Amino acid sequence: MPKDHGIGASPKRREDIRFLTGNGNYTDDMNIAGQAYIHFLRSDVAHGTINGIDTAAAAAMPGVVKIFTSVDFEGVGGVPCGWEITDRQGNAMQEPKHPILAEGKVRYVGEMIAAVIAETADLARDAAEAIDLDITDLPAVVNMRAALVDGSPKVHDDLTSNLCYDWGFVEENRDAVDAAIKGAAHVTTLELVNNRLIANPMEPRVCIGDYDRSSGDSTLFTTSQNPHVVRLLMGAFVLGIPEHKLRVVSPDVGGGFGTKIFHYAEEAFSTFAAKVCNRAVKWTSSRSEAFMSDAHGRDHVTKIELALDGDNNFVAVRTDTHANMGAYLSTFAPAVPTWLHGTLMAGNYKTPLIYVNVKAVFTNTVPVDAYRGAGRPEATFQLERVIDKAAIELGVDPIALRRQNFVTEFPYATPVAVEYDTGDYNATMDKLEQMADFAGFEARRAESEKNGKLRGLGVNTYIEACGIAPSNLVGQLGARAGLYESATVRVNATGGLVVMTGSHSHGQGHETSFPQVIAEMIGIDESMIEIVHGDTAKVPMGMGTYGSRSLAVGGSAMVRATEKIINKAKKIAAHLMEASDADIELKDGTFSVAGTDKSVAWGDVTLAAYVPHNYPLEDIEPGLEETAFYDPANFTYPAGAYACEVEVDKETGQVTIERMMAADDFGNIVNPMIVDGQVHGGLAQGIGQALLEGCIYDDDGQLLSASFMDYAMPRADDLPNFEVDHSCQTPCTHNPLGVKGCGEAGAIGSPPSVVNAVVNALRSGGADVTHVDMPLSPSRVWEAMQS
Amino acid sequence: MYEFEFETPATVADAVAALQGDEAQALGGGQTLLPTMKQRLASPSRLVSLSGIAEMSGVSADAGTVSIGGATTHGAVAAGAGAYPALADLAGHIGDPAVRNRGTIGGSLANNDPSADYPAAALASGATIVTNAREIAADDFFDGMFGTALNEGEIITRVNFPVPEAANYQKFLQPASRFALVGVFVARTSDGVRVAVTGASETGVHRWSEAEAALSANFSASALEGLAVDADGMISDLHGSGAYRAHLVAVLTKRAVMAAG
Amino acid sequence: MTEVSMTVNGVSVGGSVEGRTLLSSFLREQLGLTGTHVGCDTSQCGACVVHVNGDAVKSCTILAVEANGAEVATIEGQAAEDGTLSVVQQAFQDHHGLQCGFCTPGMVMSTLALLKDNPKPSEAEVRKYLEGNICRCTGYHNIVRAIMAASGQDVAIAAE
Repeated sequence: MPKDHGIGASPKRREDIRFLTGNGNYTDDMNIAGQAYIHFLRSDVAHGTINGIDTAAAAAMPGVVKIFTSVDFEGVGGVPCGWEITDRQGNAMQEPKHPILAEGKVRYVGEMIAAVIAETADLARDAAEAIDLDITDLPAVVNMRAALVDGSPKVHDDLTSNLCYDWGFVEENRDAVDAAIKGAAHVTTLELVNNRLIANPMEPRVCIGDYDRSSGDSTLFTTSQNPHVVRLLMGAFVLGIPEHKLRVVSPDVGGGFGTKIFHYAEEAFSTFAAKVCNRAVKWTSSRSEAFMSDAHGRDHVTKIELALDGDNNFVAVRTDTHANMGAYLSTFAPAVPTWLHGTLMAGNYKTPLIYVNVKAVFTNTVPVDAYRGAGRPEATFQLERVIDKAAIELGVDPIALRRQNFVTEFPYATPVAVEYDTGDYNATMDKLEQMADFAGFEARRAESEKNGKLRGLGVNTYIEACGIAPSNLVGQLGARAGLYESATVRVNATGGLVVMTGSHSHGQGHETSFPQVIAEMIGIDESMIEIVHGDTAKVPMGMGTYGSRSLAVGGSAMVRATEKIINKAKKIAAHLMEASDADIELKDGTFSVAGTDKSVAWGDVTLAAYVPHNYPLEDIEPGLEETAFYDPANFTYPAGAYACEVEVDKETGQVTIERMMAADDFGNIVNPMIVDGQVHGGLAQGIGQALLEGCIYDDDGQLLSASFMDYAMPRADDLPNFEVDHSCQTPCTHNPLGVKGCGEAGAIGSPPSVVNAVVNALRSGGADVTHVDMPLSPSRVWEAMQS
Repeated sequence: MYEFEFETPATVADAVAALQGDEAQALGGGQTLLPTMKQRLASPSRLVSLSGIAEMSGVSADAGTVSIGGATTHGAVAAGAGAYPALADLAGHIGDPAVRNRGTIGGSLANNDPSADYPAAALASGATIVTNAREIAADDFFDGMFGTALNEGEIITRVNFPVPEAANYQKFLQPASRFALVGVFVARTSDGVRVAVTGASETGVHRWSEAEAALSANFSASALEGLAVDADGMISDLHGSGAYRAHLVAVLTKRAVMAAG
Repeated sequence: MTEVSMTVNGVSVGGSVEGRTLLSSFLREQLGLTGTHVGCDTSQCGACVVHVNGDAVKSCTILAVEANGAEVATIEGQAAEDGTLSVVQQAFQDHHGLQCGFCTPGMVMSTLALLKDNPKPSEAEVRKYLEGNICRCTGYHNIVRAIMAASGQDVAIAAE
């Protein structure tokens, strides 16, 4: 019988009411009296020298308030990067200045050169077109390998090369890995591309800057996954505004998927310009702007080698990746191909020796940073693809090969510096086998063949590290911020609770699921609990939502704060019932004295806290409000087994997903309905990467996939119904909820099974194919079939 | 968008008058023109809406011809052109439902997007494009990508489609835009078979004469065996090479013949 | 500037607009009906779908002056006056057919149009009809379930 209440129940989402009735409050829905509008003039060349910017004619146009160029930002900091990587020689990465408006050069199509503030958005755009730019085109560099060749155009003249860093991990293992590969019975090698993607949350980014001259307070309304991080980075490193004079608000946010984590130049500009103009200023990104200004994702070119002994045990993995940084370092960009990627190269397997080399490269393209999964999909994809290729080469069953090499004992310390606390990879694979009816596959394949279709089956496993992150660990790894979370739980006199959480909900349903946790702890109805998030003036501190961390880290902070509340409330209850603190029990919203029939209700205790007539004032303060900060002891390690069945049209190469199955282990589950939804969305994005989505630049650095006309977003009829299961649960051992995180799993776990399935289908049709690069568009698949 | 004047004539004559002048532009359903204007790639100083002209709207069928007013939406054609099922089916698969409620046949033909569907139907059917000034045979109407025989200020008031004995349109979707990566319309009449191809060629919609000859002699998929399309001159872009498009032309032609029966 | 008047959700409204003012802008900026969202500029995402004279249209691809005199329906007009959700809205909540909520108004308005034309659509028809509405959060699975439920059909289209 499913629960109807508390942890494990699936109550309907309370936030849905406003979204379904048009009453959401997204940033673009907000307007401030007297606001002016911003239009950014962006570069239409990928690389060039700015000789001059003549704004005189534009400034004289109707409705123009002010025009900004880089000279207006002298003395203002650049957009900071939040993570420093140390290279193989022990040197810091190369870190160019990232100006708010281009200084001297433009380095990618879409870089902001000037900004017009005008009375309407149309007038601002009209005037921007009248700005006379004198730019000398320079040769652009787009291809990463070409960018590292001597004599390549340099993206940044003041750096020694286009190499941001050359990272080795674990560097001490390098020789041992080389030797193991040299001596292995079999080595499978695979070169592949992890295609560049554009996150495309349906809500484009928006900023509204505001300034109150009477108080000197600045406010930024922005479409961010983490307003506190924006406040810290922008206040401390860019504009020099102390946190008490800067408020950052992220109201309803229409999806993030990573690309709304980062602090963007538009945010700093809007905050700065509001003060200069002494009025609110608003920027609403068009989708066309979003394509060339939102940080992109993935974009790795990799060679992976998997070495096996004579019994098909994995003995070593060596990978060599080029990772595109784009023209500047976005907030978390350097961490994605390194610590979020290299540490996952063990996958679900007990490979004893692993070496990861990553060269991060500057190119004349939009900055690249985290996108749903961030580094972990890249690790999973190469590992699960090379295992399938090894199975083909060795003539063994790909599932059996995986099972043979699974990690089975926990905790397990990988050779890539992380310790899996718990898991059961055979259990999720068993579940997948139940769901997938592998035994019936050949019959289904025969049926497809009758219709002129090739049918393929692909399987993979995945593991991810999420619940980001232990601050002391990431500090050693170069993070410039802590990655804890905070929560304040305020109990009102009449017993209702308000939780101020640093986690941000932009689709995840925290307003519904977080109260379930507290309702379970206290034994009251969820309707008594309200969640407040997304406003630095209301929430004490927060590091935001990304890396599947909200429940594991933010939820744990909330649990800790609620435990403090309960402990204090028990003291009050003990006083009211003239009993010892230690004898007080809380169940179903009632405090009782163990072994007696004495009890007092939750509401009586909360009232006493605020009307302390009969109250232990000598021992505890009145009031019932507690704050907790939670810093995790380890990452969490969700894992699972995925399968995909496809049909391929022999004549056109069109791939149809017939079945997509996911068996995940997320540890404990608070709201199964929301977890299902998170997996569904992740699967859609993973299938999107595998079949549809590709961000393509031409050699001159022009973005060819610059709108939904050329960047293929998954539509309803591109996707099947999903079959998902999360009944295999090995609870996380180190957070109080035993939860692991579910937001990214689908996007991490699905691309390899889709590609494995297509390769399987093509091989069944006689093509000698072991790999096809994503996206597996009809034309690419057709070309592969011609081989 | 740049600012413009907006006119809503009630008659073709008024529309033609309003379109005099260099910078005036007719507005059908706006499903291509308005996005183009949003990108500031078109800058008419006057937009003349054709949607309020009653005489340009609606579908009628009579004596083997389906006649469609130039301002008739794709949705209305899908619902009303049952006398020409292949055409109704094509109209019902243009864009998406909301686009079909606004976009018009006249707008589509006048724009002659190289990936649009209607040009293939008009060319394969041997339709007659009727304007305020004259009647133009489809064979004389299309002129490369985005080019037509229309003069400045000339309006498509009606399109007359002779209904073939058998016809079918096969569209292979470009995965992002959902326009035709390649589309092939096959129509069989007592005078022979016409095959029109959209999406594929750098010269826009065109007829595939070798297939027409083969199918006129023997209207079956087997008649196409051995026929191949030259990849030279085919569009090659991030969604597919010229060779792939050429291959698709042959595949879709075969499928259209089989579906037309 | 041109004076326009129309009926929006049963209420007569008017305003002064430029020729280039889109219906979506008129609704959002002049009428304050911000439930209609704009998610792209190429008429593909469908977040802006409203009904004009009973037909679903993309309000970012129709000028406000083109809707002069029209009956317009938006997401704000779909719940009952006492706040009770419509059948379609309720089905979206019941089946978790939305996450971030940004595409949701367009999804609901497209669903209403679909069910008006086709009260018992098949799952394939639902997926095809949603070609012009992009959702980045849900993978459409629960949207399809919600629409099947709203049409009174079995939603057990997947075992979960």
